Amino acid sequence: MADISPEEVQHVANLAHLALPPEELARVGHELNRILVYFQELQELDTEQVGSTSHAIAMENVYREDISRESLPVEEVLANAPDRADVFFRVPRIIEE
Amino acid sequence: MELYELTAHEIADQIAAGQLSAQETTKACLERIAEVEEAVNSFVMVTADHARTQAVQADERLTEGEAPSPLAGIPIAIKDVMCTRGLSTTCGSKMLEDFVPPYDATVVQRCSQALLPMMGKTNMDEFAMGSSTENSAFKVTANPWNLECVPGGSSGGSAAAVAAGEALVALGSDTGGSIRQPAALCGIVGLKPTYGRVSRYGLIAYASSLDQIGPLTRDVTDCALIMNVIAGPDPQDATCADIPVPDYTEYLTESVKGLTAGVPTQLLGKGIDPQVRDRVQAAIDQLQNMGLECEEVQMPHIDYSLPVYYIIAPAECSSNLARFDGVRYGYRTPTETDDINELFAKTRAEGFGPEVRLRIMLGTYTLSAGYYDAYYLKALKVRTLIKGDFDSAFEKYDVLLSPTSPTVAFRIGERADDPLAMKLADICTIPVNLAGIPAISIPCGFVDGLPVGLQIMGRAFEEGKLLQVAHAYEQATDWHRQRPSL
Repeated sequence: MADISPEEVQHVANLAHLALPPEELARVGHELNRILVYFQELQELDTEQVGSTSHAIAMENVYREDISRESLPVEEVLANAPDRADVFFRVPRIIEE
Repeated sequence: MELYELTAHEIADQIAAGQLSAQETTKACLERIAEVEEAVNSFVMVTADHARTQAVQADERLTEGEAPSPLAGIPIAIKDVMCTRGLSTTCGSKMLEDFVPPYDATVVQRCSQALLPMMGKTNMDEFAMGSSTENSAFKVTANPWNLECVPGGSSGGSAAAVAAGEALVALGSDTGGSIRQPAALCGIVGLKPTYGRVSRYGLIAYASSLDQIGPLTRDVTDCALIMNVIAGPDPQDATCADIPVPDYTEYLTESVKGLTAGVPTQLLGKGIDPQVRDRVQAAIDQLQNMGLECEEVQMPHIDYSLPVYYIIAPAECSSNLARFDGVRYGYRTPTETDDINELFAKTRAEGFGPEVRLRIMLGTYTLSAGYYDAYYLKALKVRTLIKGDFDSAFEKYDVLLSPTSPTVAFRIGERADDPLAMKLADICTIPVNLAGIPAISIPCGFVDGLPVGLQIMGRAFEEGKLLQVAHAYEQATDWHRQRPSL
């Protein structure tokens, strides 16, 4: 596979919500290319007939009764908020007037 | 011997006999912290007042003759990746520097109910990503056996605290070796339980299909006692298995007769330091002499574990760490902005350290459109093959044996600029997480004054058998009785 281009690295940074300065983008691009070369060895294995394992320990759906419980106190939860207004988390406007 | 040099069960016996109190024990560990913490740096935060209060409670209950656990009054250190109500939980990251959880992790709650005084929150690689504890945003922890060396990671603070006597037991978390490798490098016992044996509720997630909490202790008996406290189903964690928990101390029979062991050639070959290999081979020979039937076994797909892990773990991390956005908790960029996306992106770029940013980028890339099949799906399929190797081996053998770490502790800074060399630290431990099985590391000797660990792997939910083999070896040797001179 070809190297990741700087444009592609920028695209991934956008997807990941990471505002990386140019020198960091270059560093990450370099590292990614190094690591991706290393991933190529997996292509040696024929996995056409192999299923995928997302969890190693097989488990059926786990059900429980839908019982309402007390939530965490609002004040305790909001105590960690970087910015708040009344009982809300405050963020820049996301809906146009 | 000083009090802080004893094992937890030795002290528990003295407490039960009324010869010692929880408060005296806690005081001894706090004094030890005052003595060595400046050199070792195990803790992000020492919670002395909290520990003293819990010790008073433990003594009250002990006086009333109703100890909730044989470990009541035993000082414990908790890796700073587990939430502690009202006490900051940083995950080794600037992102969570000021985060104070409004609830306890289930394991923290269980240790608290068992009345183990919590001495503090231990240092770690940021978000548990690393093998040396050098990636912490706050400090570098030293190896108590040689202060110029790393303690391993990511649970390096927990391992160093126990090795140095700042706590008698500790909890860590293990995604690719983060309990076992630091335990090996610090000369103590570390167990990664089966995936689903211990609740992950309140554990800040790195890679959810691999993460598991477990004990770091001075010997195998202490490990069994901690497992009795923390293992078992939890309604708060649906992946925590509803399977009965045995009394793990019942497996400490001192005998390995009738048991069989496989030694995967893939884990004793290239990449393993020859002196480490010699020590581990000597331990295997000794177990064989004690009646454990050992033979070599081929597990060809194990060789692919590292690339599989470095696809799966970053992929899961890129999703898990999306929650850190500067809105509900944690760091927020001081940059004034009207743009929510700029707020997210600046917050995350400034709050996460370089290794975490790199892994998020890697995971985002392998999951992105056009690459999913080539990387992520491929890795999940090879994970099936690796698990298949273990399944076949366990049809024949009760346990598998290998080194825990390919080398002894390396020097601080030595691998900082060589990420690939750093990642090779986990070649023997990573396959275990991919297969979801339990594995323990126990001390089996020294190379140049630094500890070597033997890894014993077992079938899912057969921690008892690991403890049996580990305990038998331990009783026949005195590696676990060695203490660093600090």
